[in-house]
Amino acid sequence: MEFNDNQAIYLQIADLFCENILRKKWNPGDRIPSVREMAVDIEVNPNTVMRTFNYLQEKGIIYNKRGIGYFVSDNGFDKTRSLKKEDFINQELPRFFKMMELLNLNISDLESLHHSYLKSNSGI
Amino acid sequence: MIEINQLSYGYKRKQEALKSMDLSVGPGNICGLLGLNGAGKSTLLKAIAGLVTPHSGEIKTLGHPPYKRDPEFLREVVIITEEFTLPDFSVGKYIELYSPFYPRFNHTAFQRYLEEFQLTNDQKLTGLSYGQKKKFLLSFGLATDSKLVLLDEPTNGLDIPSKSQFRKVVANAVHDERTLIISTHQIRDMENLIDPIIILDQGKIIFYENLESITQKLSIRRTDILPKEGVIYHETYLGGYTILTENQSGEHTHMNLEILFNAVVGQKEKIQSVFNQQVNA
Repeated sequence: MEFNDNQAIYLQIADLFCENILRKKWNPGDRIPSVREMAVDIEVNPNTVMRTFNYLQEKGIIYNKRGIGYFVSDNGFDKTRSLKKEDFINQELPRFFKMMELLNLNISDLESLHHSYLKSNSGI
Repeated sequence: MIEINQLSYGYKRKQEALKSMDLSVGPGNICGLLGLNGAGKSTLLKAIAGLVTPHSGEIKTLGHPPYKRDPEFLREVVIITEEFTLPDFSVGKYIELYSPFYPRFNHTAFQRYLEEFQLTNDQKLTGLSYGQKKKFLLSFGLATDSKLVLLDEPTNGLDIPSKSQFRKVVANAVHDERTLIISTHQIRDMENLIDPIIILDQGKIIFYENLESITQKLSIRRTDILPKEGVIYHETYLGGYTILTENQSGEHTHMNLEILFNAVVGQKEKIQSVFNQQVNA
């Protein structure tokens, strides 16, 4: 896993989880890998992964079945989507708008770019 | 697991490597022990393992005074120092002779580590390169399942793939009743592995915090202009600045350990006041 310099590692790992859920690699009710498996796989301290699990549990995205493991919540997909939407609006968009300003791009430029993007990509 | 009160030790009279040190470490951690050359890291590890006897103060490792080297203590502690000599045995012979000292020695795990590090049982220890010897010792040390594992610069001498294998093996080997203390200068090898961070300076502990509290209290950001106030430490970066400040926004930023270390060593008082002030609040 490649980490960036901006966010705390436990949040970057949470992003990876969210992506797996949004891409439907992990579906509601699925058991997700254990703390140790994740820690070994991405070469981080198990405490850090535990922090990710706690964070996502607080957000209602995953839940713990004692002694069995962690699972994606029944409404995990929707919760993940709204969490990521919030992150996108609060974190990505301000950077994006700042760049638009610097490059003197307006909304209608974006609209046509978005249109051609949709044509060449069929979404996720 | 480790309780140290007012511990002092010096190799020479008048020149103390550890100065009235206090430290308490619990189980279930991979502690990172950082410090400049000569800060006392190796001496501290040796004191914890019972390889040196303190001049004054108290030290208990797993409830034992380590320097007494009780057998019940020794079978729960492994130390891998930077310099070592290995006997003229094969890997297999070494395991046969030394594993019985450790009641929970895990032979299956040992074979898995050997495989991970591409070593085999029939290799002669004296015929191995420095890096291979180190990988052998790490495999042995982790397979003992001893409660305490002390590693002095474990990634020195390891080749590029071995560093990733090292992180995997360590992440897998820690558990609720086991603590690893890793002294290192190779901060990038360890960045996401060590937590808490212990920083030693001139024989004293000047910083000891877990990552959760560090990310809550400090943040590291890049800026184009250096703010006039609030910057505890900064470095220049591609014409801009990487700044370390108190965490005002509540966002948890990535903790670059190199910057954190430089800030702690360079701005000791400022950093300490951030942590003390919030403890009292």
